[in-house]
Amino acid sequence: MRNMLKFQLEDVQLWYNDFKALHGVTMDIEEKEITAFIGPSGCGKSTLLKCLNRMNDLVEGCHITGKLLLDGEDINATQDVNRLRRRVGMVFQKPNPFPMSIYDNIAFGPRTHGVTSRLKLDGIVEKALRDAAIWEETKDRLKKSALSLSGGQQQRLCIARALAVEPEVLLMDEPTSALDPISTSKIEELMADLKKKYTVVIVTHNMQQATRISDKTAFFLLGELIEYGETEQVFSMPRDQRCEDYITGRFG
Amino acid sequence: MRSRFDRQLETLNTMLIEMGMQVETAIAASIEALKKQDTALAKRAIASDAEIDQQEKDIEAMCLKLLLQQQPVAKDLRLISAALKMITDMERIGDQAADIAEISICLSQAPRVKTPEHIPQMAAATSKMVTESIDAFVKKDLELANKVIADDDVVDRLFDAVKGDLIKLMSADGSSGSQAIDLLMIAKYLERIGDHATNIAEWVVFSITGKHEDAAGTEG
Repeated sequence: MRNMLKFQLEDVQLWYNDFKALHGVTMDIEEKEITAFIGPSGCGKSTLLKCLNRMNDLVEGCHITGKLLLDGEDINATQDVNRLRRRVGMVFQKPNPFPMSIYDNIAFGPRTHGVTSRLKLDGIVEKALRDAAIWEETKDRLKKSALSLSGGQQQRLCIARALAVEPEVLLMDEPTSALDPISTSKIEELMADLKKKYTVVIVTHNMQQATRISDKTAFFLLGELIEYGETEQVFSMPRDQRCEDYITGRFG
Repeated sequence: MRSRFDRQLETLNTMLIEMGMQVETAIAASIEALKKQDTALAKRAIASDAEIDQQEKDIEAMCLKLLLQQQPVAKDLRLISAALKMITDMERIGDQAADIAEISICLSQAPRVKTPEHIPQMAAATSKMVTESIDAFVKKDLELANKVIADDDVVDRLFDAVKGDLIKLMSADGSSGSQAIDLLMIAKYLERIGDHATNIAEWVVFSITGKHEDAAGTEG
């Protein structure tokens, strides 16, 4: 059964001042799947990821053309960027918990969106921590500083924080590159669970991670989408020689 | 970039070619021993089976090391997984060449009844299949691999012809039963060698195209 399309991108071009970082990317991203963006540094994969919730708005001199639709709605035309970012959450490479308690980290988003009831917040915090598979490790220390957690726990806390506002999409920019193998495997397990409810788009430099967790893989080079398909196909029988050269480590 | 991995793949390729040559030599020796009733040659064919077994183990260890160290993808993964599957068939061909050599020793101990004419034809056809399947691997030749797969039908038809020859032989000469059964065994081993060569050719196709189909045409 084919999933619904969550994002539809058509001829997306992006400039940072005079530098053209994306050269007309056209692709669909399906709902409740994990889509991996791979490619060498500077290929535009993180830039494209940031287009999906308009994080590039914060970059001076950034200019975007083309169509970027979320559930058929034009992302760049929306007036309410906060609502967009609530629907499309993001987790970064380095865990970035706020310097406050574990509880307050998770409650931060919902409070910003107007939730004040203690009872309701308690429920949201527990659910988000459970969904991010970190409830058992934190339930007895919710008032402790989030900075007291290990790196792997901090990253799952950041995922929980992103989930607390009930997003539809989770963007992850190399979420495990700063973590040890055990924390990495916990996050990968978690992602497999998350895709039951959320659409996940992940940028990763770890080819094995892309093969393990993603349904679809997109390979980018110099701002162009070179190959996009089922992950199994891309990693066993890539169609494009440049993609083959990159994933097999022959890329000079 | 990745020059060590490329050297390791080159070594793997060489090991496979050497094992292929050893297998080809074993079949040629056992068939020659059968034809000429040459017991010494048959014994050499039997002895080479141990070397083939060792080569299989060495290649298997090499493939497992590459899977562990390099976590291969794309054509590297196809090559290494095809190699792991091919060596099983090559090792079986070695076993069957030794089996033929053993029977040929038994046959050489008594005056030979007339060997059915289709057996040498079958031997020539199967050893050609083996040689060509290994050539197809070395040269990454899809067309040659497909030819080997098609040639299996020729060997199967020859096997049926040999069966017919032997039935006639036994009904004409009641005392030929024991040798006829030995010859039928040889024909069956040759027919199995043809099947193994077909399997090798199918893995060659997989390593080139990423698609693995068995001879019946269903993807496996």
